[in-house]
Amino acid sequence: MPTLIKNGQVAANDWQLVDMDAGLDKVEGTDTVSNVIVPLAMWLAEKDTLTGCDKTIGVWLDSEDDPYSLADDVASLPLIALKFPSFRDGRAYSSAAILRTRLNFKGELRAVGDVLRDQLYYMQKCGFDSFELSDGVKTEDALSAFSDFHTGYQSTVTEPTPLFRRR
Amino acid sequence: MYIYDQYDNQMLQDRITQFRDQTRRFLAGDLTNEQFLPLRLQNGLYMQRLAHMLRVAIPYGLLSSRQLRKLASIARDYDKGYAHFSTRQNIQYNWPQLEQVPDLLAELAQVEMHAIQTSGNCIRNTTTDQFAGVAPDEIEDSRPWCEIIRQWSTFHPEFAYLPRKFKIAVCGTVHDQAATQVHDIGLYLKKNDQGEVGFQVLVGGGLGRTPVIGAEICDFLPWQHLLTYLDAIMRVYNRYGRRDNKYKARIKILMKEIGPEEYRRRVEAEWQHDKDGPGTLTQEEVDRCKAFFTDPAYETLPDTDAAIEAEAGKDVMFSHWLERNVAAHKKPGYRIVTLCLKETGVAPGDVTDRQMDFIADLADRFSFGEVRVTHEQNVVLADVRLKDLYEMYRACMTESLATPYLGLINDIVCCPGGDYCSLANAKSIPIAEAIQRRFEDYDTQKAIGDLTLNISGCMNACGHHHVGNIGILGVDKKGEEFYQVTLGGSADRNAALGSVLGPSFAQEAMPDVIAKIVDVYMEHRQEGENFLATYNRIGIEPYKERVYANAD
Repeated sequence: MPTLIKNGQVAANDWQLVDMDAGLDKVEGTDTVSNVIVPLAMWLAEKDTLTGCDKTIGVWLDSEDDPYSLADDVASLPLIALKFPSFRDGRAYSSAAILRTRLNFKGELRAVGDVLRDQLYYMQKCGFDSFELSDGVKTEDALSAFSDFHTGYQSTVTEPTPLFRRR
Repeated sequence: MYIYDQYDNQMLQDRITQFRDQTRRFLAGDLTNEQFLPLRLQNGLYMQRLAHMLRVAIPYGLLSSRQLRKLASIARDYDKGYAHFSTRQNIQYNWPQLEQVPDLLAELAQVEMHAIQTSGNCIRNTTTDQFAGVAPDEIEDSRPWCEIIRQWSTFHPEFAYLPRKFKIAVCGTVHDQAATQVHDIGLYLKKNDQGEVGFQVLVGGGLGRTPVIGAEICDFLPWQHLLTYLDAIMRVYNRYGRRDNKYKARIKILMKEIGPEEYRRRVEAEWQHDKDGPGTLTQEEVDRCKAFFTDPAYETLPDTDAAIEAEAGKDVMFSHWLERNVAAHKKPGYRIVTLCLKETGVAPGDVTDRQMDFIADLADRFSFGEVRVTHEQNVVLADVRLKDLYEMYRACMTESLATPYLGLINDIVCCPGGDYCSLANAKSIPIAEAIQRRFEDYDTQKAIGDLTLNISGCMNACGHHHVGNIGILGVDKKGEEFYQVTLGGSADRNAALGSVLGPSFAQEAMPDVIAKIVDVYMEHRQEGENFLATYNRIGIEPYKERVYANAD
């Protein structure tokens, strides 16, 4: 089980993420967990069925998925996960910022995929608040990442007032 | 120039601590090569042919004498006693040891310098015209705006993993010396009818494999909106720029695919959300930044000097230097002096530690302690009194810094090429030297007149070959180094990309090829024409005919 960091601490992971090629039965058949993260395509195709089943549903987006696809759902979704297919693919940073600032998503925003220690600080600034670490990332290293910088120059999700209005 | 406050300094210290830890984890095996790669690149560190190369940022090309002395001491202590000014107004060290780089960065931080985002798929060092603040034809001083952009782009959390590198240039003068139109974003400062400052915004320019001149997406962006508008441009690129192919990942390719109109539409749609939000620039912030770039304590001086004219009458090389390397200044009695780092036999842009110390001393003696680095790999002293020019010229001669050929054929722009760079297909420095030797006679150079000759050792075009009047590109032909020639490029307000002359040439043929091209120009030129004007009038055919005459 990958380590999950939530709000700066190690936390239990009570969500199960199902793959792109999994069917609905995979969601309904997961007896042991009650919280399931489904791919965007499944969510858009089977929204009624999914909201009617006995699971709590979150949605995950691949890096090329459009976060605006969830414009009607953000108010009701408890969790959205954004996948980093590679840590060098930076699209999810923009997706996160859009979900937080444009769509006003208030739930848990989780980074999944190739999630390494040295990107956590920027991810958090863009609105992620939980992180499923890749294999091999040391937990203690990861926990220290959130204080890499004391402050930054820009207007960000976590600090909308840029430094030039604060200095 | 800009002076760091506690926030800027804290961020720099945080960065050094971060990179020290990253280097430690890499050396301990906790980070793989692949994981460490973008981290070290975003600290300017490359693995080259023989060693590491560290590229240090010189924000918009501006240096204090104190900073330059530090760069000299680093060249002595961590390198082999020299460094290289790049075509992005940065400086590169070719021989640092990885283990020592965190210490080197800590030394740089003592003088408010760093290597942040000098490489990698992020927003790079913002560049500008080297005459900013002193040019007589200035519309608006670009330096405070560059500093504002520097801060906005530094550690921008959303744009550290872009599809590809990203370069911004700002130009506030009528004559554009910043190659603004071949940048991912080019910003021309302008004023509207009410005298308010704003920006003409060009997007999607760039050199490299697919050279493109930027397209305008905004005719006049009021200054208040600069950063929110840049955010919108970047977000559209970050989301939609191609990531499947490194060679199609620059913003220019996205721009070509969707067109300027659609790009503008997407930017506007994105921008509407942040326009007038907290990212909107304030007058206070602009005033704060402008306060760092006020005029030095200029004296009231006459704009002529009989003694200097007399020296020029006696010393012909000094008179050439005055004509070529000395430019008009906005202030009477002052001149802008460019030191040409293109001595034959030295790699273009290379400086020794001794020369750096010397230039720092010159700056203190003659130019209010400031130095500027140009993207043509030369060094500018921007505020020299007219009456000091001869004394300064004589001093420069002692360090081989008085070559009077700025803007002439031997003022070659040249990347490090295959001698250093692991990306290069071919060497570039020996080509530059062979051409310089061919045109060594100064009267010949002067007779040829204004001509830019740019050499890149590969398609990445660090030597800006596409925008040289004569461009030379190193190519690999079945393992052998060959050179392709382009003609007619230009990097000014009338930016143009050079056209390929024809099949490429072997290294030893290059001086003759260039000589033939120059001959054609000299034979055809009309009164008042320079190389580019003649080329634009007669086209490429006469050059082709001459160069390939006996090729069959």
